[in-house]
Amino acid sequence: MQFEASNLIPVVPELFILSLACLVLVIDLFIDDEQRIFTYALTQVGLVFAIFITLSVGQTEAQIVFDGSYIRDGMSDVLKVSIYIVTIGAFLYSKEYLVEHGLFKGEYYVLGLFAVLGMMVMVSAQSFLTAYLGLELLSLSLYALVAFDRDSKTGSEAAMKYFVLGAIASGMLLYGISMIYGATGALNFTTVTTALMGTGMEDIVLVFGLVFVVIGLAFKLGAVPFHMWMPDVYHGAPTAVAQFLSSAPKIAAFALAMRLLVDGMLPLHSDWQQMLVILAILSMALGNVIAIAQTNIKRMLAYSTISHVGFIMMGILAGTSEGYSASMFYAIIYAVTSLGAFGIIILLSKKGFEAENLDDYKGLHERSPWFAAMMMLFMFSMAGVPPTVGFWAKLFVLDAVVSVELTWVALVGVFFSIIGAFYYIRIIKLMYFDKAENVLPVIGNLDTRIALSVNGVLMLALGLFPAALLTICVRAIGS
Amino acid sequence: MIALSDYLMLGAILFSLSIAGIFLNRKNVIIILMCVELMLLAVNMNFIAFSRFLDDSAGQVFVFFILTVAAAEAAIGLAILIVLFRNRRTINVADLDALKG
Repeated sequence: MQFEASNLIPVVPELFILSLACLVLVIDLFIDDEQRIFTYALTQVGLVFAIFITLSVGQTEAQIVFDGSYIRDGMSDVLKVSIYIVTIGAFLYSKEYLVEHGLFKGEYYVLGLFAVLGMMVMVSAQSFLTAYLGLELLSLSLYALVAFDRDSKTGSEAAMKYFVLGAIASGMLLYGISMIYGATGALNFTTVTTALMGTGMEDIVLVFGLVFVVIGLAFKLGAVPFHMWMPDVYHGAPTAVAQFLSSAPKIAAFALAMRLLVDGMLPLHSDWQQMLVILAILSMALGNVIAIAQTNIKRMLAYSTISHVGFIMMGILAGTSEGYSASMFYAIIYAVTSLGAFGIIILLSKKGFEAENLDDYKGLHERSPWFAAMMMLFMFSMAGVPPTVGFWAKLFVLDAVVSVELTWVALVGVFFSIIGAFYYIRIIKLMYFDKAENVLPVIGNLDTRIALSVNGVLMLALGLFPAALLTICVRAIGS
Repeated sequence: MIALSDYLMLGAILFSLSIAGIFLNRKNVIIILMCVELMLLAVNMNFIAFSRFLDDSAGQVFVFFILTVAAAEAAIGLAILIVLFRNRRTINVADLDALKG
């Protein structure tokens, strides 16, 4: 293979984010604590630029570069842009929290940018090697972010648990990849797919490989029975980090599942479909039922994430482009909704006080009717109540599953969503019908308040006009 | 000559040992870190064996990447371990029980 400069054009967004991360790292060394805002501004402006770069590099047809190990297609463009937007939101909401908790450091943004880079590599991976490297870049940044509050006992414990379980997951995934490499003799997805067409499932090595890859993926996605790390990490990590962790990486995890299972191992669809059915049903059941018992809102949102992961998997297992685009829609919507819900938690948390118990939300309506309404929109969207967008996300996924004659899976999904609606609506009940314990007004910076309002109204606007985003998703999968 | 299946058996045994080490060990977090490294080495064994018997160099390239990532992972793991020890004065696995639900 010869090196050509034109090979670099599809990876310009990645190169840009890499240079931005290095630039922020170096510049941050030379400024004082009072000017830290400059690091923050540079990161945000850079991410906005990245949106434009990604859009201008984007073309309609897919481009595969670097000897078939990297792809730029419609799906990668859309997912990358949503990752930037969600990350901008997460940095925006978390700024005040970080300042108040003495965590406003340049490293936060450097690690965040490297996590974004890792997610971009995952989204564009076209061989097992690139997928693994992207995943590790993301995971290593996230381990460090969870331990970001150095003096927090729970933070360091959560980081340790996340690190150990994450490392096991990577090990499982790698073991699976090694088996698949052995069975097919190739690492990039196009060659693997062609090789799999010939062999089928007779090869015992291949069966081994597939099982381990799916287990590794389930660990990373947080699907039951490999979900143990999620509640502890959400609970222990600083709320700002938990917010980032629950939003953008879920989009990347969806992309990784798509790349590994659909791009890489589509000929084995009937085999991984059965495994995903089990994982999806267990996730929806356990996530929704255990969330009811939680009194800590961050733990509750962690279990809610687990149940949403079940839905995302349900779209993928359908194995049709309709299912993939529904799942993609779901992942993006979930990331935005979760961003907003954590945004409210951050808004209510003040110096030395974390609004993490459900009781802290009592009577929020009296304290701030507007943000109580926003929280209601986020909760309704997660529960899937029309006219919020969460309803459409669930509907499209269910529709895709029904159309491949797996109606019973869809029925199980609906059943557990109804159970799940209980704990979302309980928050709304606490906010509107209970007496407030403290009547302090809700104060926050202007930018945070505007962003939260936009985020909340977006839930409603997308719910009334879901076609625009859905068309983008359908077109992205189709290309 | 040693057959491919022998290498794979060795890889599988090392892998199972590391998994068992992680889940059975209730004493020390450092042992968990050692098991994680062993797990990656078991995978490397697999890759090298396949690469040799398939006569394809991609597997060996993958091993280099895994070794590099393993070094970075060990660095972050030990850094988290130090933070943990400073905060709690223990690295006993059974004592890490502040988060439960």
